[in-house]
Amino acid sequence: MSNVAHDAHDYVPPVEIPEMELYHPKTWLGKYVFCQDAKVIAIQYSVVAIGIGLVALVMSLLIRVQLGWPGTFDFIDPAGYIQLVTMHGMIMVVYLLTALFLGGFGNYLIPLMVGARDMVFPFVNMLSFWIYFIAVLVLLASLFVPGGPSGAGWTLYPPQAILPGTPGSGTGIILMLVSLSLFIVGFTMGGLNYVVTVLQARTRGMTLMRMPLTVWGIFMATVLALLAFPALLVACIMMLLDATIGTSFFMPAIVSMGQQLDYEGGSPILFQHLFWFFGHPEVYIVALPAFGIVSDLLSVHARKNIFGYRMMVWALVIIAALSFVVWAHHMYVSGMNPYFGFFFATTTLIIAVPTAIKVYNWVLTLWRGNIRLNVPMLFAIGFIFTFVNGGLTGLFLGNVTIDLPLSDTMFVVAHFHMVMAVSPILVVFGAIYHWYPKITGRMLDDTLGKFHFWTTFLGTYAIYYPMHYLGFLGVPRRYYSIEGTSFIPESAADLNVAISIAAIFVGAVQLVFLYNLFVSYFRGKEAGPNPWEATTLEWQTADTPPKHGNFGEKLPLVYRWAYDFSVPGAEKDFIPQNVPPSVGAKTVDDEDYDQHS
Amino acid sequence: MIFAIALVILVIGSVLFHFLSPWYLTPLASNWSTIDDTLDITFLVTGFVFVVVNLFMAYCVYKFRYKKGARAHYEPENKKLEIWLTVITSIGVAAMLTPGLYVWADFVNPPEDASIVEAVGKQWQWSYRYPGEDGKLGSVDTRHTTTKNPFGMNPEDPNGQDDVLVLGDMHIPINQPVKMLLRSQDVLHDFAVAEFRVKMDLVPGHVTSLWFTPTVEGKYDVLCEELCGVGHYNMRSSVVVDTKADYDIWLSSQRTYAQIVSGDNAGASMEGVSASEQGRMLAISRGCVACHTTNGTPGIGPTWKGLFGKTETLVDGSNIVVDEAYFIESIVSPNAKVVEGYSPIMPPSSFTDAEMKALIAYVKDDLK
Repeated sequence: MSNVAHDAHDYVPPVEIPEMELYHPKTWLGKYVFCQDAKVIAIQYSVVAIGIGLVALVMSLLIRVQLGWPGTFDFIDPAGYIQLVTMHGMIMVVYLLTALFLGGFGNYLIPLMVGARDMVFPFVNMLSFWIYFIAVLVLLASLFVPGGPSGAGWTLYPPQAILPGTPGSGTGIILMLVSLSLFIVGFTMGGLNYVVTVLQARTRGMTLMRMPLTVWGIFMATVLALLAFPALLVACIMMLLDATIGTSFFMPAIVSMGQQLDYEGGSPILFQHLFWFFGHPEVYIVALPAFGIVSDLLSVHARKNIFGYRMMVWALVIIAALSFVVWAHHMYVSGMNPYFGFFFATTTLIIAVPTAIKVYNWVLTLWRGNIRLNVPMLFAIGFIFTFVNGGLTGLFLGNVTIDLPLSDTMFVVAHFHMVMAVSPILVVFGAIYHWYPKITGRMLDDTLGKFHFWTTFLGTYAIYYPMHYLGFLGVPRRYYSIEGTSFIPESAADLNVAISIAAIFVGAVQLVFLYNLFVSYFRGKEAGPNPWEATTLEWQTADTPPKHGNFGEKLPLVYRWAYDFSVPGAEKDFIPQNVPPSVGAKTVDDEDYDQHS
Repeated sequence: MIFAIALVILVIGSVLFHFLSPWYLTPLASNWSTIDDTLDITFLVTGFVFVVVNLFMAYCVYKFRYKKGARAHYEPENKKLEIWLTVITSIGVAAMLTPGLYVWADFVNPPEDASIVEAVGKQWQWSYRYPGEDGKLGSVDTRHTTTKNPFGMNPEDPNGQDDVLVLGDMHIPINQPVKMLLRSQDVLHDFAVAEFRVKMDLVPGHVTSLWFTPTVEGKYDVLCEELCGVGHYNMRSSVVVDTKADYDIWLSSQRTYAQIVSGDNAGASMEGVSASEQGRMLAISRGCVACHTTNGTPGIGPTWKGLFGKTETLVDGSNIVVDEAYFIESIVSPNAKVVEGYSPIMPPSSFTDAEMKALIAYVKDDLK
C-alpha cells in the first residue's frame, strides 16, 4: 500500500499531454461578468452565496425574536413564522453552504492547489455560476408572489407542501422546486468540472496521495453531490407534476379542508426517501470540504504535518461511501417499516468511527506542534470543539431508540446547527482569514479578526448548547408558540430569551467581519506571496493575487506531499511542494512510515 | 494560554450546566424507562469523549504554543496509535448501539394483550376511535369521509357499528399496554406525548403504530410534532390516564358509531352543564381554538373575542355584521364569505343543532 501512496520522493512523471490553450477574454464583460477564469467565478459564487446567506441570517434572527418574545411582534404571524423557518433552512444549506464550499472554495482552490492553469471546462464553469445566480433570483422571487414563499419546512414534505393549509402552497412551492432544479443543473456543470480537473489536470508529480486534504475534501464532496442531487431533482420534478398536472407520486387519497381531492395511491414516504437519499449526503457535502480545509489550517499553523495523512484520506472516502447508506436515520419515526431502524441505526453509528478518527488526528496534529494562534488557527480549533459537541449529539439521534423522545424536538435543531451550521461556518471564516491574503494580496485585520472569532465561537455555543436541553424537555421544533403546554416549565421561556439575545448578538458581530473584509481590501497590510509560510502550490505562485493562468510561464513540478513542516535537518520549518529534494530535505517516504509502524 | 483556559472553562461549564440546570427529561409516565436508560448510557460514553478530547486539546494548545526557534515534532503517522484509537472507538460505539437495538426490538413488537386505540389526525385536530365490545375496529376509507362522517367509517361494516368515536380527550386505563394505530386524512402529523417518550408520524394512505404502557395517572399533552401547516403549533389534544374503574365509566359515556348515525344521544350526559360551558368544551375538543383565539389576539382565523355584532370586511370588499346566520354559515361552508386578510383554509365542520347552540352561547355570552 505504501508504494501506491508515496512514490519515491524525487519522482516526477514525464509530460503526457501538452498544456491546454487558455481562453483569453477580449472584452470587459468577458473579463469581469461572463468570466471563464475559475478564480473570478469563485469570487462571484462567494459574493452571491454570502449575500443570500445574510438574508437567511436576518430570517433566523426573526425566528429567534418570535421564540424569545412570543406575541410581542405582530408582524410575525404563524404563517410568516414557518415561511421564515423554511426559507432560512433551505437558503443556508443549499444556496449558502453548498454553493460557497464547492462553487466558491472549490473554484478558487482546486486549480491552484493541484497546479492547473484553470478548470478543464471554463465555459461550462461560467455557465454553472450564472445558472446558480438565476436559481437564487427565482428563489427570492417567491418572497414577492401572492401567498408568499413556501412554508413547508426546508424538507418540503408532501402532501402538505402543495395543500392549502400551508403558506405558499400555490406559487411559492412551485418557485422553490424550480429554483432547486436550476440549482442542481448549475451545480452539476460545476461539479463535473471539479472532478475532472482533480482527476485529469493535476501538474506533474501531484499524485493523488500528495494532494492537500482541502482538495480531497472538496473532491469527495463533489462526487457525493453528483450522486446525491439527482435524487432531489427527480423528487422536485415529481412534486411539480403532482402540484400542477395532478399526478399522484406522493399523494394518497386525501380529504383536505373538507374537500375530497382527486389524488389516489401515492406515497408521502417515497418523497422522504428521495429527499433524504439526497439530504444525508448533503450533510457531508457541507462537512467534507470543511474537514479537508480545517486539516490544512491546523497543519500550517501548528507547523506540523497533518497526523495520519493516509488515514485521513481513507476516512474521507469511507465516510463518503457510508453516507449513502444512512439516510433513513432521518425517518425513524416517519412511519416507514420500523425494522429498517435496526439497519440504519447500525450504519449510522458505524460512520462515527471514521469521523472520530478524523477528530483524533486533528488533535494529534496539535500534539508536539509549534502552534501559532493566528486567526485562521483560532477558527480551526474552535471548529474542533464545536464539531466534537455536534458530532457526539449525533450519536443520540442516530441511535434509533433515543431518537423516539428526541426527534422533532429542539434537540434536533441544536444538533444539526452545531454540526452542520456552526462547525462548517467556523471553517469558512477560518478559510477566508487564511486565503484572503492570496486572493487580495492583503491581510485581514488581526484585532477585528480575533474579536470576530471570540464573539462568534462563544456566542454560537451559548445559543446551541442550552438548546439541546429544551429538546430534552420535549419542546417541539417548528412551533410558532409553546404557550398552553402543561409539561414545559415557565423557566423554558427565560432560556428562550437568553438564547435569542445570544443569537442577535452573534448576528450583529458578523457586521464586524464584513467591515473587515471591505476595509482590509483597501488598507490591509501587504501580504506578500506566502504570509503563513505554507507548503501548498497556491502560495508559490509568481504573482499575488495569482493572474489569469495561475502560475506564470511554467507550471510547478511537485516533488513532495503537502505537509513537509518541521522536517528534521531542513533549513526552514516548511518545504513547499515544488522544492526538489536536492534543495530541501528529504521528504516522507516508505522509510519514515516503517519507522513508526 | 487564554484559549486553553477558555476551552477548559467551556468543558467544565458544559458539564455543570448538565447537572445543575433545571431543564431535562420530563418525568416518565410510561413503561419506557429503557429508553431513558439507553439515553443515560449514551450520555456517559459521549460525555467521557467530550471531556477527554477537549481537555487534551486544551493541554496541547497551552503546552505546544508557539515559541520562536522551536521546531514541531516530525511524525507523519503512528499506525499502532491509530489502530488502538479505532478499536477503542468501536467498542464505545458498540456499547451505545447494542442496548439501543434491544430496546428498539421491544418497540417494534407490541405485546399481544395490548388494547387498541386509533388516533386520527387532520388539520389541525385529533380524534380517537376505540374498537367497542367486539374488540375490532371497523374498516374505514378516506373516500367515505364527510363532515357527517369525520372518521370515514364504512357504513356497511358490522365491525364498525360498536366503534366508540371520541372527538375530545383520549382516555386510557393505567398499567394496560396500549397499541396506538395512527391514521391521517390529509397531511403528515405526529402523535407525541413527552411523558411517554414514544412518538410516531401519521401518514395519509398508511396506518402506522406505536405502543406504550401508561404507569402514572394524570392528564398529558398530545402534541403534533410533524409540521402540518399553519396551525401545526396548535394541533393539540390531551390523553388522560385513568384507573380502570374511571376509564370504564368514561368509555360507557361515549357514543358509538351506530348511536351517532341513529341520532341517539343517550350516551352523552351533558345535564347540568350550562350551554356556554358545553360550547367552550366543544371549541376545545373540535379544534376550533387552534385557529380562533378567545383573547382578542389575531390567530390563523379571526378571533372570537367580541365576535358577535362586529362588522367585518370580506375579501370581496363588502361588509357584513356578524350574526348567528353568518356564524353558522362560516362553520358549514367556511369559504363562502372569508374575512379580509385571512386565507380560505378552514375545513367545513358538522355540528348538531344543540351543539351549534352551545357554541353560539359560548361565543356570545362568554366572549363578549
